[in-house]
Amino acid sequence: MISVAVKLTRRDFALDVAFEGGAGVTGLFGPSGCGKTTVIRLIAGLECPDEGRIVLGDRVLLDSAAGVRLRPHRRRIGLVFQDAQLFPHLDVATNLAYGRFFTPKAARRIGRDAVVEVLGIGHLMKRRPATLSGGEKQRVAIGRAIVPSPELLLMDEPLAALDDQRKLEILPFVERLRDEFGIPIVYVSHSVEEVARLASTVVKLDRGKVARIGTPAEVLAPTALAPAAGRFEAVSVLTGKVGRVDPDYGLSFIDHPAGRIVVPGLLPATGSDVRVAIRATEVTLSLARTHQVSVRTALAGRVIRVDTDHGPFALVTLELAGGDRLHAYATRLAVDDLGLDTGDEVQALIKAVSIDERAVPGLRVVTD
Amino acid sequence: MFSAEEWTAIQLSLKVGGIATVVAVPFAVAVAWVLARRDFWGKSLVDGVVHLPLVLPPVVTGYALLLLFGRRGVFGAFLADHLGLVFSFRWTGAALAAGVMGFPLMVRAIRLSIEAIDVRVEQAAATLGAPPLWVFATVTLPLAMRGIVAGAVLAFAKALGEFGATITFVSNIPGQTQTIPSAIYALTQTPGGEAGALKLSLVAAAIALGALVISEVAVRRARRGAAA
Repeated sequence: MISVAVKLTRRDFALDVAFEGGAGVTGLFGPSGCGKTTVIRLIAGLECPDEGRIVLGDRVLLDSAAGVRLRPHRRRIGLVFQDAQLFPHLDVATNLAYGRFFTPKAARRIGRDAVVEVLGIGHLMKRRPATLSGGEKQRVAIGRAIVPSPELLLMDEPLAALDDQRKLEILPFVERLRDEFGIPIVYVSHSVEEVARLASTVVKLDRGKVARIGTPAEVLAPTALAPAAGRFEAVSVLTGKVGRVDPDYGLSFIDHPAGRIVVPGLLPATGSDVRVAIRATEVTLSLARTHQVSVRTALAGRVIRVDTDHGPFALVTLELAGGDRLHAYATRLAVDDLGLDTGDEVQALIKAVSIDERAVPGLRVVTD
Repeated sequence: MFSAEEWTAIQLSLKVGGIATVVAVPFAVAVAWVLARRDFWGKSLVDGVVHLPLVLPPVVTGYALLLLFGRRGVFGAFLADHLGLVFSFRWTGAALAAGVMGFPLMVRAIRLSIEAIDVRVEQAAATLGAPPLWVFATVTLPLAMRGIVAGAVLAFAKALGEFGATITFVSNIPGQTQTIPSAIYALTQTPGGEAGALKLSLVAAAIALGALVISEVAVRRARRGAAA
């Protein structure tokens, strides 16, 4: 349980943020320059707010009114930078062991071997950071941060510096961290898909202030995002179970009550719950069930709302079998031609489902 | 091959240069770190004072040392009375002059190498639980090692060549303060001394070259270590 309330004024920037994060992942989400990274640095103690209070569990890390300010090395908070920042002069094993030395014996609840196993970095132990790929570096950086068994893990856009294949590679590791080690995580990202997939609570920041706090489905839904930025950012969050993976096609199949969702990449752990983020602009609506198009994902749902207040566009909200909501943008012309209205049964065809499809053009082809 | 006097000058030069460099390194690392990582009022003044020996005529630096560290100088008197450390007209004075003259070069090299270290690597160490001194010893110092070695070699070479400040501060006493440059100067003033001056000049060149080679090897090793 982390509780943050901080105020900070710099020459060209003001921050006034308060939120609480519980177990699991708290996503700090917002456009660049909104103050996400500053919040992370304040929690880690690398910067000092003008006033504020930060409490982790029962420990007060910062209380400007009481004059309490714990130095970073006393906070027991792990930090993963966007660009790994490994110790270049030490090999991977020593990087991982670095923080162990400072962990009180009683607090060592995470085993190094378990971390190495989850992150799949056992074969890298003797290597120097300069010889690692970007994805490997980031995995080692994540490992280095959790081996000392921190009480909170801060991740500052940990995937932003990686190419898309590497993102797909690492995201499941972050999910396993969240599920297997039980460390609360504050995860900073400007990627809707990452936040939707990982976070149980989303704090949306805008120009140094909290714009909204809620579940991913609430905060990331089209109706919650500003119309200007909203059309391309808006996503629906669906939860399903990993069914089958197909190494030949490089695809995974997620079972959802409303149908089978095809995603690019090989998800680990068949049977585990996964969340999928689907952009409202990527959904095609069809009245007939058809296999004559290239799209392989078709979800059955019922129209519960048609909102035509978007210029040439209409926002159609479906209730899928199982209760998840799915948002779709269509032109008003299409809505009228099909005669779509609330209560209609439709098929939602989803062309590309990926972690961040703006950045994954290659994967779009694979999903079709 | 060498006369006893020339031999003494060579040995003295190595001793003076070596001690001056070794003693100066910790001070230079401290000053370089402060200049690279801390902001405080009067920082440019400190920076300026550190660089003064580089831009002043060496004779002026020597004269300033004489005023400050001479037997009756402000610091000189104190150090002589309390620590028994006398500089004037001793080899220790030659080492002080050499150290002061080489100090700015050393600080510059080390400061640059510290500034080249991403602060966030040090911050990563802090978030892993390492106290500041520990971070300095296990992260900053190893990553700055190339600059420290390069700065030390530069200062050593400067110490070997130092003449103006030394001769002003501690004069030119064979066996006590007569380093290679002073000996060369003395030889060129003596009829028939040219051969000796040439020999010593070659020795000076050889030592300087040797120091550069050693530093090159050390830097390469540090680089392999740091993989930076």
